[in-house]
Amino acid sequence: MVHIKRLQESGNDLIAIIGEIDASSSIELDLTIAKSVGEGFTKILVDCSALEYISSAGLGVFMSYIEEFKDKNIQMVLFGMKGKVANTFSILGLADLLHICTSKEEAKRLVDELSV
Amino acid sequence: MGNKGIIRLTSLGAAIAWIILFFSDLTILFSDTKGLASDIPLWVPRVMLDLYVIFLYYHYKFRIEKDENLSFTDLLWKVFATGLIVTVVSLSLRLVIFLLGNTPLPGHILFGDFVYLINLGLFLSFLIAAYTCWKRLIVYHKSKWLIRTWRFFEFLLLFILVYDSFQIVLNEGVFIALNIILALVALVLSANMKWVAYLNFKQKWTSLLLLLLTFFYLGYFFYTVTRQSDIISAESTSFLDFRSHIFNISLFGFVIMYSIFSFLVIMFNLPTSSVFEQKLEEVVNFQRISQSIQTEQNEESVYNILLESSVNSVFADAAWLEIKGSNHESRLFSYQISEKDALEITNHIKTKNIKGVLDQGSDKTRNLSHYLASIKGGRYRSVLAFPILVKGESIGTLALLKELPEGFTKEMTRIISTFANQAGISIENFRLMEEAFQTERYKEELKIARTVQKSLLPQKLEQDPQYDIAAFSQSADEVGGDYYDTLRISDHEVALIIADVSGKGTTAAFHMSQMKGIFHSLAQHQLDPKEFMVRANMALKHCLERGSFISATYFAIDTQAKKIRYARAGHCPVLYYYAVTKSTEFLKDRGTALGMIKTKEYGNFIDMNEFSYAPGDIMVLYTDGITEAKDNKGEEFDYVRLEQTVIEVTDKSSREIQEHLIKRLHDYSGTDEINDDYTTMIVKFL
Repeated sequence: MVHIKRLQESGNDLIAIIGEIDASSSIELDLTIAKSVGEGFTKILVDCSALEYISSAGLGVFMSYIEEFKDKNIQMVLFGMKGKVANTFSILGLADLLHICTSKEEAKRLVDELSV
Repeated sequence: MGNKGIIRLTSLGAAIAWIILFFSDLTILFSDTKGLASDIPLWVPRVMLDLYVIFLYYHYKFRIEKDENLSFTDLLWKVFATGLIVTVVSLSLRLVIFLLGNTPLPGHILFGDFVYLINLGLFLSFLIAAYTCWKRLIVYHKSKWLIRTWRFFEFLLLFILVYDSFQIVLNEGVFIALNIILALVALVLSANMKWVAYLNFKQKWTSLLLLLLTFFYLGYFFYTVTRQSDIISAESTSFLDFRSHIFNISLFGFVIMYSIFSFLVIMFNLPTSSVFEQKLEEVVNFQRISQSIQTEQNEESVYNILLESSVNSVFADAAWLEIKGSNHESRLFSYQISEKDALEITNHIKTKNIKGVLDQGSDKTRNLSHYLASIKGGRYRSVLAFPILVKGESIGTLALLKELPEGFTKEMTRIISTFANQAGISIENFRLMEEAFQTERYKEELKIARTVQKSLLPQKLEQDPQYDIAAFSQSADEVGGDYYDTLRISDHEVALIIADVSGKGTTAAFHMSQMKGIFHSLAQHQLDPKEFMVRANMALKHCLERGSFISATYFAIDTQAKKIRYARAGHCPVLYYYAVTKSTEFLKDRGTALGMIKTKEYGNFIDMNEFSYAPGDIMVLYTDGITEAKDNKGEEFDYVRLEQTVIEVTDKSSREIQEHLIKRLHDYSGTDEINDDYTTMIVKFL
């Protein structure tokens, strides 16, 4: 089960994921990101501090946007990941493809830097 | 003996009995008129009459009673037809007599007896045919009590028959009592008229006509035989007078009584028969709706049946059935009304905010004529509408219209409400069944996927004197995409792979087969592991759909140089045990899973490593199903436990290490059936 919240903060779209992302809840994550992109946000922050678990399907969602974001010049930064979740990202090699920070402030700074 | 044989035999018996009766009676009468003593005993004609009756009884019993296909009107028709035949025979006899004119023959007593006996035979035959038919009608609704009464009645009749022939002398009082009982029983039996209820309007008219003609036959014969026996008895009493047989009178009395009863009951039932038919049709319609689920192919048929049944049941002038589909579109099934008119009425009701029409509950019989009259050019003055509920949600509206104001009674409201409910249930069942079919199909697909997946895993692992290898794989119900394989590249080189395809089900099995193809074709080219991964990524980027990827680790073992080269593409880091230092390490080299990067840059995201192995070293390849196996508290098995488990058995063979690991895993999770895919391949160098 997952709960996804969206919040707009100074031009950034902040997506907070609370709970676990498995095959079925990954659809919700996909829809949320798609919506954000559809609304024209170019700076997306993903709050992973309450993300307890992510399955390969969930990772697939993040992965699937990499190219699109590059084409549309959209920046996405993930932050606040717990150790185990971070490990999942790094084992798959997604850590090299995505921007991952520890804190929200850091993430904000990074997303601004990247957007320039 | 078959039925046909019995029928033939009994008719033969009856014919013989009648012939003996005929000649014996004529002889006795002849002797009597000549004042001679007869050679034939007086009882012969009487007994022959009994035999004739009994034979006919069985004849009709097998011809009419045992025939299951006869309907009520068929039975009446049989009586009528038998009557017609015997009457025609009797009338032709009259014609012959008429043609004979004033010749002395017709006036002769013997000729009179001759004609009388023929008429009596025909009459009895007709009476018994009618009796058998009435019996079937009376005992149509069988009950223990009724059957007993009927048996008693037949027994009494038989007794009277025998009594008549042998002229057993009974006390007058007893005899009268017997007759009264017989009459009472016949009366009670004649009250069994349930079959009349099953006749429809047309059948009732037919029955009345047939009964009327039956009366005519009965009257005609009764008159004929009475008159003829009157004439004969004026000259001699030594003949078979049917009136002296109480049985004949009783039988006649019973047949005529039941005929009169039937006639009256049918006649009085005529005005209400249309109502009864209506009820019956409702029941049939109701059943059609409930059965439509089993027989019909789609929901549409249910809707059509509902509409049709409703219209028929309440004699609506027009009707429509609006079904809300997905996306707020709606479909309209209509009867005698155009879509435009139906929409106009709906909108009118909505805009005028007329309560109790399109919503549920409230009094549906309310007079709405003045509301409906305000529609321009609207013909309809009453409307009855019900929502169709599936799982408590309205999926549509059934509306019936009549041109008369207050055209729907409470009764009709109830029927339509029941119809609508039943249709709702049918549709719900239909949808449930559809779902069940889908699930079944999905399960079947999974079964195939699982078979495919199993067949993709190698039957045999590539063996080598330098190492000892074992593998284990278990897949979950849903079918995942764990894959491992080995391939000999040259006499001193062996390639190993372990991979995990993201996603589950048939797609996972499909991707797994692609991975197997890639492994078997690329590994042969003696590529270095990094090159292998880069090419595999190139090959897969067009095959994997959005969001899918494959994690893999590829090893090339060179047994000559005792070296291992490997590349890890996002797969779980391999656990390596160094025998020399007795230490373990997870090989966490940099590497992104296959299919994540679809450009040539992929080479920048994966590293290759190389090291030498020593005897006693152990390599544990596994998929995340092992490290992510949970105990009852939800805690994962994790890397630490994996490491510990392997350390415990480093001196054992690969097979033993693998068995130990799986046992530990099962103990940890508390079940032998972990609902995930978990795979391990263990290589121990010798």
